[in-house]
Amino acid sequence: MKLRKLSNFFLGLPSFVWLVVFYAIPIILVLIIAFKPVDSYGGLAEGWTLDTIKNLKNPSYPDIIWRTFWQGVVATLVCIVIAVPVSYQLCRLTAKWKNLFLLLIIVPFWTNFLIRIFAWKIFLQSNGIFHRLLEWCGILEPTTNLLYNEWAVLTVMIYTYIPFAVLPIYAVAEKFDFSLLDAAKDLGASSFYAFRTVYLPGISKGIATAVMVVLIPAFGAYLIPSLVGGPTSELLGDKIAQSVFTNRNLPHASALSALLMLAVFLPMVAIYWIKKVQDAKAKLKNDGKGAIR
Amino acid sequence: MSRCNRRSSFPLFVTLLTLIFLYAPLIVVGIASFNKSKYGGKWAGFSWIWYEKLFQSERVWEALANTLIIALFATVISTILGTLAALALYRMKSKFKGVYNALVYTPLVVPDILMGISLLLLFVMIIKTFGAWFTSLTGIPFELGMTTIIIAHVTFCMSYVAMVVLGRLQEFDKSLIEAAQDLGASGLYTFFHVTLPVIMPGVIAGALFAFTLSIDDFVITFFVKGAGDTTLPIFIQSSIKHGRELPMLNALSVIFLILTFILVFITQILLTNKPKEKK
Amino acid sequence: MEILRFENITKRYGQNTVVDNVSLSINEGEVFSLLGPSGCGKTTLLRICGGFEPPDAGRVILDGVDITDLPANQRPVRTVFQNYALFPHMSIYDNVAFGLKATGVNKQDIPEMVAKYLDLVQLTGFEDRKPAQLSGGQRQRVAIARALVTKPKVLLLDEPLAALDLKLRQRMLIELDTIHDDVGITFIFVTHDQQEAMSISDNIAVLRAGKIEQIGTPPQLYEAPKTSFVAAFIGDTNFFEGRVSSVDGDYCDLQIEDFPSLRLYNDKKVHVGRKVHVSIRPEKFSISLNKPEMTNANTNLLQGVVEEAIYLGAHTRYWVRVQDWRVSVIKQHSGYALDERSIKWKDQVWLKFEADNAYMLDSYTEDDEELLALPDL
Repeated sequence: MKLRKLSNFFLGLPSFVWLVVFYAIPIILVLIIAFKPVDSYGGLAEGWTLDTIKNLKNPSYPDIIWRTFWQGVVATLVCIVIAVPVSYQLCRLTAKWKNLFLLLIIVPFWTNFLIRIFAWKIFLQSNGIFHRLLEWCGILEPTTNLLYNEWAVLTVMIYTYIPFAVLPIYAVAEKFDFSLLDAAKDLGASSFYAFRTVYLPGISKGIATAVMVVLIPAFGAYLIPSLVGGPTSELLGDKIAQSVFTNRNLPHASALSALLMLAVFLPMVAIYWIKKVQDAKAKLKNDGKGAIR
Repeated sequence: MSRCNRRSSFPLFVTLLTLIFLYAPLIVVGIASFNKSKYGGKWAGFSWIWYEKLFQSERVWEALANTLIIALFATVISTILGTLAALALYRMKSKFKGVYNALVYTPLVVPDILMGISLLLLFVMIIKTFGAWFTSLTGIPFELGMTTIIIAHVTFCMSYVAMVVLGRLQEFDKSLIEAAQDLGASGLYTFFHVTLPVIMPGVIAGALFAFTLSIDDFVITFFVKGAGDTTLPIFIQSSIKHGRELPMLNALSVIFLILTFILVFITQILLTNKPKEKK
Repeated sequence: MEILRFENITKRYGQNTVVDNVSLSINEGEVFSLLGPSGCGKTTLLRICGGFEPPDAGRVILDGVDITDLPANQRPVRTVFQNYALFPHMSIYDNVAFGLKATGVNKQDIPEMVAKYLDLVQLTGFEDRKPAQLSGGQRQRVAIARALVTKPKVLLLDEPLAALDLKLRQRMLIELDTIHDDVGITFIFVTHDQQEAMSISDNIAVLRAGKIEQIGTPPQLYEAPKTSFVAAFIGDTNFFEGRVSSVDGDYCDLQIEDFPSLRLYNDKKVHVGRKVHVSIRPEKFSISLNKPEMTNANTNLLQGVVEEAIYLGAHTRYWVRVQDWRVSVIKQHSGYALDERSIKWKDQVWLKFEADNAYMLDSYTEDDEELLALPDL
């Protein structure tokens, strides 16, 4: 048994060291550098300071943080609302159609992120098909630009994250026992009632995962706002990149990143905690059952 | 079996709409890639010209070469490290498992911009501290470049590999290992003749995953790259940003899409092709 | 003669003692069964023997050698796993050859040995198939061939028939018996199914809660169970509790509350006034509508009413109310059942059994009554 532990140690060691050096330490570094003063070249100066944190009171920041937050939440909600019926439908299809639909959903998921954004840029551009279709319908003025605003950012965000939401929900739904829905209907429940009280709780774990994998990248979105957004639709991610590449102020970027980190890890910890409490409850129930038996 | 219980067609409706939503822009790009006109919009006739231009562009070839070199290194290293991590996680029972688990799994959900900036900070610190000393010692300049990009890619690919391999391992029947040992096989013999072949589809799928992720990455690369380094995503981003060579990007998108289709298809087969139970 | 010995084996999982100071001796060439309900420790004992779990205390002695600390891959014992654990990525040939290749057997000898053992389990011609392409029974046989080809001293079988359906189970049982006769090595057979154990074993150890209840040949366990658990777990039985009212040579009379007095063979030589528990198997009673002729003083005659009758083809099960007790009775249909006036519900019947056919128990636990097949009346 001791030999086994030793071999485990050596199996785990390389990845452990790698992740500590190139993942854990850099993340901690972000937190530390937020308290470093900046030198005139944008590098790090000696000593410690709280100035960077104080400088975050930039008047445009509350707007940006609020926009990052609501866009992330709305994008997540829309993705979930779409993903739940889609994953349900995927499960109910016959094997042949299911594989085809699944492939069709996975392909955009795997297609280069930039190309998906680029496709929207082409799709929404002022002389593009979609724009002219809307003009022709009389919905749009020829001068209105569909791009470079927060709605474009939100749309593309939803577009890029939908597969992220569908796949985890589908993975759980696939294991769901659909005869339970028939049982619910047999007992007099309407389709919607059965869906709400039997199916949704059944796939709740998948939904939790989907929320996590959509909300977190959405908070950190940078490419989408920088390519299809405009000056009025900047998100936290843009600001971080700006402070690195344009303003050359690493401590400032660090402070903003620390903020983002907070926004990311808090929901993660919350979901983990909720899951743990649920598991503990479930275990308690099972133990009770065991005692009866 | 019977269809007497009519199901709501609402989910099907949403699914079809979603697929239209997912593919409409891609189809528009696909059509545009064959449009002779340089400025999108109006159809000026069918043409292969943008594909020709794409293949003649030296910058594209250079970016592609860089992308592939990075992806190759990142895939090999991250597949080895990720597979080892999955094996360790699978066998580990100690309290330390929680910490190790978090270390392997949280990179999956950390926004790439955070990973990008944190790695940039690390590299800046290392270069600032050891750069001069390293250069004076070896004569090689120590700065942001291909090496730092590869390191960054390994870091985020490794967790994906570990996740995929661990998934395969969890379906793995532990009694196979016991059976091998029971038949007199040593630990190493068991690993190379039983464990590894059984999880191999998972390892290959993980490697494909890593390869795709590496080719796909823009944000992290953008942070840790040196001044002159171009990868395909970097090239695409700068083209979009500056509105240059957009029709060529259409053609590039179509090629990417086709390659992705093939790659996904292979991965799907690898992951779902488990031996079917015969009753 | 002894091939394997467990000496005071104890195994705990946390607070839970799954094997509690078990000592066993198994003879060379026999089929030895570890029988007991799930959670009795039988599989753990097997895994300790195979080297997959170290015992917390005690030794395992194989052929005079202490193998307690040997790792699984260095023990000359082989296991047939419950789910067979065939390597899914290898052909049947490679599966069977695995143990030979892994232990460095001369390469030239391998094909011949594999062929020989595939022939033994009647799977010649299946060499190139994958395990997934075989039926449950065939996979089972591959697992056996794979284990036997390495010529182990002992073959461990962990519930080998549990995954098969009833008919196949019965066929495999006969086949296992044939294979055992062919190779002649020791089989240790773990099962929860008493019929399986009875039909294949030379000796059986009945386990409960990590302890051995009784070791014996199948007839010993059936006819002379030491405890109420063994009596109830192996076959069906009736328990009676009473006090000895008189002793008459080798026989005694048992006074039972709300029941006629019973004359029994006093094999435990108990004295008057002692409380005893006896087990009487259902088929030891003979049931009839007419009063049978008394044969001698050691024949018990009881009168009762049929409360339930279940016709099962070869025999019929009756539950007969005798005063305040319900007696389980089995009537074998040695004649042509349709010719007889069958005994039905509410019939007045006579039960007869000989004093020698009851057996006094060493220990009795009331909970064991739950193991008996009782109808809900």
